[in-house]
Amino acid sequence: MVVVVTTVASFEIENTGYLDASGRPTRPLPAFADDRDELVSLYRAMVLTRTFDAKAVALQRTGRLGTYPACLGQEAVAVGLGAAMSPEDVLLPYAREQGAQFLRGVTPTELFLYWGGDERGSDFSGPREDFPICVPVASQVPHAVGVALAFQLRGEPRVAVCVSGDGGTSKGDFYEALNVAGAWRLPAVFVVTNNQWAISVPRSAQTAAATLAQKAVAAGFAGEQVDGNDVIAVRDVVGRALARARGGAGPHLVEAITYRLSDHTTADNASRYRDDESVGRHWREDPIARLRAYLTAAHGWTKDDEEATLASCAKDVERAVEEYLATPPQPPEAVFDYMYERLPADLRGQRTAATEARAAAVPSDDG
Amino acid sequence: MMAEQDGLTMVQALNAALARAMSEDARVLVLGEDVGVDGGVFRVTEGLLDRFGADRVRDTPLAESAIAGLSIGVAAQGFRPVAEMQFMGFIYSAVDQLVSHASRLRWRTRGRLTCPLVVRAPYGGGIRAIEHHSESTEAMFAHVPGLRVVIPSSPARAYGLLLAAIHDPDPVLFLEPKRIYRAGREDVPDSGAAAPLDSCFQLRDGDDLTLVTWGAMIVETLAAAEQLAAEGVTADVLDVATLSPLDMTTILRSVEKTGRCVIVHEAALTGGFGAEIAARLAEHGLLSLRAPVKRVTGYDTVMPLPRLEHLYMPSTERVLAAAREVLAFS
Ligand SMILES: Cc1ncc(C[n+]2csc(CCOP(=O)(O)OP(=O)(O)O)c2C)c(N)n1
Ligand SMILES: [Mg+2]
Repeated sequence: MVVVVTTVASFEIENTGYLDASGRPTRPLPAFADDRDELVSLYRAMVLTRTFDAKAVALQRTGRLGTYPACLGQEAVAVGLGAAMSPEDVLLPYAREQGAQFLRGVTPTELFLYWGGDERGSDFSGPREDFPICVPVASQVPHAVGVALAFQLRGEPRVAVCVSGDGGTSKGDFYEALNVAGAWRLPAVFVVTNNQWAISVPRSAQTAAATLAQKAVAAGFAGEQVDGNDVIAVRDVVGRALARARGGAGPHLVEAITYRLSDHTTADNASRYRDDESVGRHWREDPIARLRAYLTAAHGWTKDDEEATLASCAKDVERAVEEYLATPPQPPEAVFDYMYERLPADLRGQRTAATEARAAAVPSDDG
Repeated sequence: MMAEQDGLTMVQALNAALARAMSEDARVLVLGEDVGVDGGVFRVTEGLLDRFGADRVRDTPLAESAIAGLSIGVAAQGFRPVAEMQFMGFIYSAVDQLVSHASRLRWRTRGRLTCPLVVRAPYGGGIRAIEHHSESTEAMFAHVPGLRVVIPSSPARAYGLLLAAIHDPDPVLFLEPKRIYRAGREDVPDSGAAAPLDSCFQLRDGDDLTLVTWGAMIVETLAAAEQLAAEGVTADVLDVATLSPLDMTTILRSVEKTGRCVIVHEAALTGGFGAEIAARLAEHGLLSLRAPVKRVTGYDTVMPLPRLEHLYMPSTERVLAAAREVLAFS
């Protein structure tokens, strides 16, 4: 008896990179990389992000910020995708997309406020439609589907860009959302920041799937990998995914391969589950050093340029720290004021009691 | 024909409210499992696909968290989604989205992003349904600040409250007591008029006793009140309608008058929403009370399958027994 086996589906996952770890091109670069200013702006955005990140950790260590998730080593992912987006797109971040948020007009002061425990940090003065940081892992992914649905219904050439982590791809919300986005051919780009860790659980223990990119295949659209420490590659691959989605070709998934050089958060101690040596090895992949090497070789980046960039980023961050620390807390009523558009009658009593208790506890200026 | 003349069932009233809202406001979308061609498994969305098209009336993939989550996303973009959970028994995988996001998007962004979302779900027992199709877990949701929980108890209130829920700028969980989906008809003019949210409805006026209930238990509660009236005892019957935020003012005012209160709900006793009302009566109405507050509820058990279901559901007799108990205090 002859058994006829037919292949009814198959897929390939590509991986794109342009610069090797030492910053040397491995193939011709995309056109935008000819533009020195463009590369310098990517570089500065990564340096600003790292400067902010280090300051946030320092503020936490000295009791002036809450628990903070550093993005050390992952700056190229957020900066690359943030640079690829158009202002009218909507970003739905997870938590380590500081670089993308800054490029989109979220201010360092706002992020300090948020991680310092003040809701006003999510009232972005810049990108008014962008979503705030999302703590319940992967629960933001379905929101991106809804945002993309709104764009599709209104016929707007806009794209919802959603970021989640490698751990996040194990969640039902991740699969459910991708599935709907595929079924409805929505203008959404899903970026998975594969930083190899979900707190202490390594990528290898998270799933038996060979890549995270292939999770898109089951949802009926393509996924690919990109070298997440090569900002040129991230900018390029996400940019092309955005252009396709904007043109009506539907969703796309980009798995950016990077490495979390920091602890999971300031409340974590990564030495409990990984050794310094492997972290040290990954420092050789540092996305900032890589682009600096390329800028130096190809665009005459000088020591002066470098120092000026570091100084201006430090200045921006210092100014933000001052603004953050000088921001008075919200008044007690703020606990109630954004629960509903109009405060329900049933809550009025609680609001009055809370504000009166507060007034009684704090001696008044003239008292 | 005759049925039409006799008014609308709750299903038809809900359908009329959806059609009204969709025709008045292009931002209103209907989405969920089988809400399109099939018109919803209870037919609440019947005819909407033909009338408003597949863009606005969407069959979703079978994924409750995605339904809730994408509704939040599209609501934040200014649409007014009305999402259907096919049965309340399947809402639990959407709870994270409702609790962690819908209820707090406005708050956490200081009003920058909002969530004008309605999630509808048929709930409650008494229709001899299969497992997981009969529970009443409204108290779980009433515990969530920022989420309105609204339950109609008649066709007219279903029409008015659903319109109000859709007009409301904040998220509403709209629970539909499916036992009375088709139990009675009522004249429901398609006036487009919303009923007040956050307000109890007084269904009967009386002096001797306050009966507080919501949803399908209105049937047993009104029957008990009728029986008591025949015996010369008059009861205020209050339909809570919006569990959260609660209109305690109306309940307190009634108990100040009557001095006695029985709370009736088909959900389990412990941590049921009756506990909240009883606690508030103890806090704010103790001196008006002439008898302990009694609760008539389902038991702290799994909701039984149809053969034993009637034992679980509060009956008119149980309501009457509780009423007599509180009336016995002089
Ligand atoms: C649903 C949920 N479960 C658990 C947590 C606690 N937690 C916060 S971050 C995290 C790991 C996330 O890993 P990944 O998705 O890879 O993102 P990364 O933190 O590495 O950037 C966990 C378990 C959470 N925030 N949400
Ligand atoms: Mg990770």
